[in-house]
Amino acid sequence: MGLLALVAGGMVLLIIGYLLTNAWPAIQAGRLGGFFTDTKWQPGSQRDPRFGVVSMLTASFLVTFLAVALALPVGLACAIFHRFYAPPVLERWNRRMLELLIGVPAVVFGFWGLMVVVPLLIRLAPGTPGQSLLAGSIVLGFMILPIITLTSQAALQAVPAAQLQAAAGLGMGRARTIWCVVLPAAKGGIGTGVLLALARAIGETMAVVLVCGNIPQIPKSLFDPVRPITSTIALEMGYATASHKALLFCAGLILVLCTALLVGWISFRRADSDPGTGGA
Amino acid sequence: MSKLQFLRNLAALVSLTVASCGKKETGAVVVLTGSSTIAPVISDVAKRYEAANPGVRIEVQSGGSSRGIADALSGTADLGMASRALSADEAAKLTAHRIAADGVCVVVHRDNPVSELSREQLISIYTKKATNWKDFGGPDATIVVANKAEGRSTLEVFLHYLGLDNADVKADVVVGENLHVINSVVANPNTIGYVSIGTAASEAKGGTPIKLVSTGGVAATTENVANGTFPITRPLNIVEDALTSPAAKAFLDHLTSPAINDIIQKHFFVPVN
Repeated sequence: MGLLALVAGGMVLLIIGYLLTNAWPAIQAGRLGGFFTDTKWQPGSQRDPRFGVVSMLTASFLVTFLAVALALPVGLACAIFHRFYAPPVLERWNRRMLELLIGVPAVVFGFWGLMVVVPLLIRLAPGTPGQSLLAGSIVLGFMILPIITLTSQAALQAVPAAQLQAAAGLGMGRARTIWCVVLPAAKGGIGTGVLLALARAIGETMAVVLVCGNIPQIPKSLFDPVRPITSTIALEMGYATASHKALLFCAGLILVLCTALLVGWISFRRADSDPGTGGA
Repeated sequence: MSKLQFLRNLAALVSLTVASCGKKETGAVVVLTGSSTIAPVISDVAKRYEAANPGVRIEVQSGGSSRGIADALSGTADLGMASRALSADEAAKLTAHRIAADGVCVVVHRDNPVSELSREQLISIYTKKATNWKDFGGPDATIVVANKAEGRSTLEVFLHYLGLDNADVKADVVVGENLHVINSVVANPNTIGYVSIGTAASEAKGGTPIKLVSTGGVAATTENVANGTFPITRPLNIVEDALTSPAAKAFLDHLTSPAINDIIQKHFFVPVN
């Protein structure tokens, strides 16, 4: 059993090692300088090959944070409704639907985004390509919605009944109890859910590649197409050779580091938070 | 499930796995990698070939022409699939066998009245010198330019025809697969994109609301690719190095024979052998 657990953990080290070996030629050749200072990404140009990753890193973070910003209010409302308002039957079925949403393949989300969300955005902002930062955030928001809802619900449920009774004893209404007692107590658990969702969203590939438009640029509006790092790797890895490939591995390494930071933050918070209200 | 039952199932599973591994080792395996345009054709050919030649297994993996050429050179694959001609230094180490021809055609939405664009018009659209469909007899709407991602052979063929470097292209959307281009055109009727004629013709025939645009005064049809009049074309090649195994050689002979022409036509490509 212990061995199997170590295999699982060791796998991550193996992958990081693999990324490092493949990224090494680019690191060694000192290509990382242009990586962060160059504004353009045009690896296939014969005349002027450029490898600037800043726009794609920006895109990854923008899409991810915007997705969480869209999903958090909905997910939290959903969790509060489930915990305090919904009749048990409705709660059970709605929760099951959300659990089902986790199992929907990313490519299906992406295709739905391309065929439903993108035409809606074109109607909203005529003349834009439709495939955009906003389209990616909306699709990604739906993908992380169940994570946020389910972890928040668990956090709400972990709030001790004694606190609710005390609030009732003080004559507080339901809304006031939720707002002033439950949410502050469940903050840690909800925060952990949000970080998990961030980590999930930043690595998502198949859905964003279909709806983001994949232009490597820093967007000026929500309707501009963007290209997250994962999209670039998915679009170019199978076709890249030599130094271009090494740079794609560098980009992958940066993404793994970002996720590692998020995971580190999650465990730091978990160790830090009050065990009674830790939730998920 | 009882523990005993579980163990019995496990034993069955293990013996099954061992049996299938054993089977794998007795027959010859031919591995082909490369162009995502050619891979579906070869997969179909392989199914029929495996049925007619028990003991031979054909493995097909797509990943782009450049990968096919690199894998054939490194020996990772027995044969490479490349939907472009070989460069001079590639041709020094590999032999290319043409199994079919394909055209790259421009696609727009079926509701777009534009049905013909010249090479010069395409250049002005793809470099954003012209940005409105009304300049080409279309509606008063901004043109959404879809380009392919780096490394795709359709991109190379198309840019080679236009005489452009990819850095010159000003795209609104960058996509990977042929079907993603077509879906982008369907999702946004102001989009212009380019795909393999085979894919476009089969999608248009299947009812997808797209239109194949004539280029250089020639209609984008498989017939015009076959008779060599359509200007944006590419060969579908199987490449081999000097160390091809007998099993791979036999499969290659099959691929370059007229026996597979029905499958090639089914995929809307043009037979050449």
